[in-house]
Amino acid sequence: MDLSVRIGSLTLRNPLIAASGCFGYGTEYAEMVDLSSLGGVAVKGLFLAEREGHPPPRIVETPAGMLNAIGLQGIGVHRFIAEKMPELRARGAVVFVNICGTTLQEYVELARILSDVEGVAALELNISCPNIKEGGITFGCSLHGTADVVGAVRAATRLPVIPKLTPNVTDISAIAKAAEDAGADAVSLVNTFLAMAIDVETRRPKLSNIVGGLSGPAIRPIAVRMVYECRQKIRIPIIGMGGIASASDALEFIIAGASAVQVGTANFADPFIWPKLLEGFREYGERQGVKAISDLIGTIDTSAREKEWISS
Amino acid sequence: MSRGHHTCHGRDILFDVPQDVVAEVISNIHLSSDYNVLALAAPDIAEHALPGQFVMVKAGERLEPLLRRPFSVFEVLTENGRIVGLSLISKRIGPSTKLLFEAKPGDRIQCLGPLGRPFVPVAAPDEAWLVAGGVGLAPFATLAETLRARNIRTKLYYGARRAAELFYLDTFEKLGVELVLTTEDGSRGDPGLNPRSREWVAERGRVTVPLERDLKASRDVAGLMIYACGPERMLAAVAKLAAAHGRPSQVSVERVMGCGLGGCYSCVIPVRTPEGKSHLVRSCLAGPVFRGSDIVWQ
Repeated sequence: MDLSVRIGSLTLRNPLIAASGCFGYGTEYAEMVDLSSLGGVAVKGLFLAEREGHPPPRIVETPAGMLNAIGLQGIGVHRFIAEKMPELRARGAVVFVNICGTTLQEYVELARILSDVEGVAALELNISCPNIKEGGITFGCSLHGTADVVGAVRAATRLPVIPKLTPNVTDISAIAKAAEDAGADAVSLVNTFLAMAIDVETRRPKLSNIVGGLSGPAIRPIAVRMVYECRQKIRIPIIGMGGIASASDALEFIIAGASAVQVGTANFADPFIWPKLLEGFREYGERQGVKAISDLIGTIDTSAREKEWISS
Repeated sequence: MSRGHHTCHGRDILFDVPQDVVAEVISNIHLSSDYNVLALAAPDIAEHALPGQFVMVKAGERLEPLLRRPFSVFEVLTENGRIVGLSLISKRIGPSTKLLFEAKPGDRIQCLGPLGRPFVPVAAPDEAWLVAGGVGLAPFATLAETLRARNIRTKLYYGARRAAELFYLDTFEKLGVELVLTTEDGSRGDPGLNPRSREWVAERGRVTVPLERDLKASRDVAGLMIYACGPERMLAAVAKLAAAHGRPSQVSVERVMGCGLGGCYSCVIPVRTPEGKSHLVRSCLAGPVFRGSDIVWQ
């Protein structure tokens, strides 16, 4: 099966992208995973400056999922370019740089800086991190905020602009539409669900930040539904994510309308998951007689179900 | 196996790229109602593991627990001189350790390693004092073996809640390690309760009490390295005691770890920067072994 997919002007060798925040800067995994075998690597969210993040505990397990409140600890864009990009380039990684700002100007400046860097394939705009108060999600939770960031970055770069959307809104498809109208090349969805866990013995929150973002298989059905809803509203490609841990999980997103998928939490449990997912795609293609994975995008057949629903 | 290259305590050390294996459970010895030693047929990992390194273990194949848990490599197991696997000491405290406690020979367990920076062994004529609290004993069996093979005088300060939770004393005695034992409740060893221990005397109180006493009396010991593994409060106390007596220390920390590979940024711990500030670093990559003086103890 031909696994290549297109995200705007980019052609990825397959639909698998390592999700931002779950794969370090990619270099951490470079000796175990052939980075060039992935469709892309979305690196950990970067601000202009270095950030220390939240104090631990930063993660806690929940049923079929995990909460995190890392707080976007990171080395900042300049150190990233100097220290990480050379290795990512040498390893042949298709680099999606996830950027986060506290103001519109910071997003624009990050976009300008990264536009000149060889090897950066696309910009993923983090307007959805639930764990920090300033910036980010305050844009991603409103139509105007989303349009403002996307429009401003669009004007500042020729790189593909891919806002990463939060599910913590009433209607994510309206946000996706605002992003499309403002010039986004694609949208990534979903980021984590704002959630919390409490230790009943001590009556204290299990995370130092009190609340955190829920990821993992627990959120997958909601994420699939959101991709499906957005597919009805927008024409630009969707990069789907949320709890993908198998090829069949990924195919759900693709059939619902995603052109590519990101895998995050599952990589923590199994850093060698990538070839297994690719093998699963190939087996499916053989079984189903599908020649290209791109032929599956948005092919969900709801007609029979709708008829059954109406007639019952 | 290809090789990775890292800087460790200022020295360059070659590490092996970690491997992920589905390891068969060779045996599961229950040491008490909640401690067990799980032997896994993971010879490729065992062969390359250095003292202080860890493995990430996935208990069960279900979605709960979702993530792996870190364990120090306890023993490198051999049969007729051939390495056949490794063992872990576990204490049943949550869903993962419950599954590991209940594991049966023949069960299959996903095991990734070896990971992290190991202890740096001293060279003769220096002495090595190992300080263990509870399951913190785990990395010291292989470290003691390495040290004794170098003819280093090695002492083990080993503290537990009660006598029945002091394990594998004979292993260390056979290596020629001098034992200094403490129990919080003052109880003494009972060979009937624990076939792996024989009668011995434990001092009542924290393990840091005899450590401090011996540090005070150690002026004529020229070179001395303190190694510690156990609860973080014990590590802080040991590191401070070592520093107060002008001795270097290496401590193995345990923080909530998501991946063990540097991907998640969960297991951070504050260390001192050259400028004297505090900076959070990932204990899976920068540790789990740190210089005691590098950590900003809270």
